[in-house]
Amino acid sequence: MESRQRAIVSDQSRPQLKRYARLQYDPVRSAWALLSPEKVFWPDEVSLDILRLCDGRHTVLQIVSELAGQYDAAREDIAPDVEEFLQEWSDRFLVTL
Amino acid sequence: MSDALLPPIGMLAELTHRCPLQCVYCSNPLELLKADRELSTDAWLALFEEAADLGVLQIHLSGGEPTLRPDLEQFVSCLARRGVYTNLITAGVGIAEGRLERLRDAGLDHLQLSIQGARAATTEKIGNHRGALEKKLDVARKVVELGLPLTINAPIHRHNIEEVPAFIDLALSLGAQRLEIANVQYAGWALLNRNVLMPDRQAVERQVAIVEEAQARLQGIMAIDFVAPDYFAVYPKPCMGGWARDAFMVAPDGKVLPCHAAATIPTLHFERFGEASLTDIWVHSPAFNAFRGDDWMLEPCRSCDRKEIDWGGCRCQAMAIAGNAAATDPACIKSPLHDRMAALIGEANAVAPSHAEDFRYRRIGRT
Repeated sequence: MESRQRAIVSDQSRPQLKRYARLQYDPVRSAWALLSPEKVFWPDEVSLDILRLCDGRHTVLQIVSELAGQYDAAREDIAPDVEEFLQEWSDRFLVTL
Repeated sequence: MSDALLPPIGMLAELTHRCPLQCVYCSNPLELLKADRELSTDAWLALFEEAADLGVLQIHLSGGEPTLRPDLEQFVSCLARRGVYTNLITAGVGIAEGRLERLRDAGLDHLQLSIQGARAATTEKIGNHRGALEKKLDVARKVVELGLPLTINAPIHRHNIEEVPAFIDLALSLGAQRLEIANVQYAGWALLNRNVLMPDRQAVERQVAIVEEAQARLQGIMAIDFVAPDYFAVYPKPCMGGWARDAFMVAPDGKVLPCHAAATIPTLHFERFGEASLTDIWVHSPAFNAFRGDDWMLEPCRSCDRKEIDWGGCRCQAMAIAGNAAATDPACIKSPLHDRMAALIGEANAVAPSHAEDFRYRRIGRT
């Protein structure tokens, strides 16, 4: 059981939504919902933009570049927030790194 | 009502009261329904379709033991088609070969497995079922092998509170992603057995320290959710996140309730699906509206700054202990009856060792 370890985010992580975490549009509430065991999350616009890039192909570095372009912001301003977000969502078992 | 009524997010479907186990802490009502009172396959399917239309996003398929319903796969695939997240809550005993694969293939999202004791003898004693733990462990391994996320639910009381560290190790070794250390809520059969289930304060304090240490140590490795024991609490839980606020439940006969103990409030009448639609019940049922928002609150809740944090606590616990469902949950330190909780702990802790296992096992047609 000691083989189970906490995943730590890095530049080269390729985050991916867990198979059992489902991002779907809810027509009743006109909002995007993230469904997971026991809990429903309502990610905001920025979180959604990150989650949509968690496809297991983009590295964290690429996600940051992509978002820097979308938001017309400096990479170094965005990177800490993205990494913090991904670490938190990994710790909640919603994203693999 | 202070806020506009929102659609429900979650629903607990008690598909049946039948169960191979006889757990002494069961949350089902004392008057258990026999198989002939259960909704038909078509009625459940119609109910699930309406729940999805109403905005329900997550359905917990529970019981009794939900796998005793041969139509469970049909329910899961209906819900999966509608994009509703499905969580199977099972005791993991008597599940036929191939069933878990079929449920996964039908689109099951998550499985929660209850384990009564980290030691085989404890599990056997609490559920009154020989060999139960081995069967449960087989189910857990199979679930992980199938790639389904697994939660282990450990209902905690006097007879297993010292097994909390062993529960943590067991859940870790099984590959569970989540462990619920859930202190028993004294409703249903647990209320009947309260005097033989209530732990003592020292054991509760040890347990809290163990869980907090493990939560920190296992961050990002395994989630441990802790359901605190009400009788030892300072503030009550926001039961169901507030009465009829974002979730509800359906009993095996289609009766729609704000929570699983709500039928213990004798002044309320609950309708059955079929007599009325889910939407009608959610919006218009006088029982659902009875404790919504905060207009119903008495003092000290009414002027309390925590009223939208805990919503007055549990209505059924207020009924059971204060004799008034609109009273402040006596678990709250501000309740004039808060001392009653300590007295009830004392009463339970005074049970003589020779009577410590005088269990009244959960049985249909027998209390």
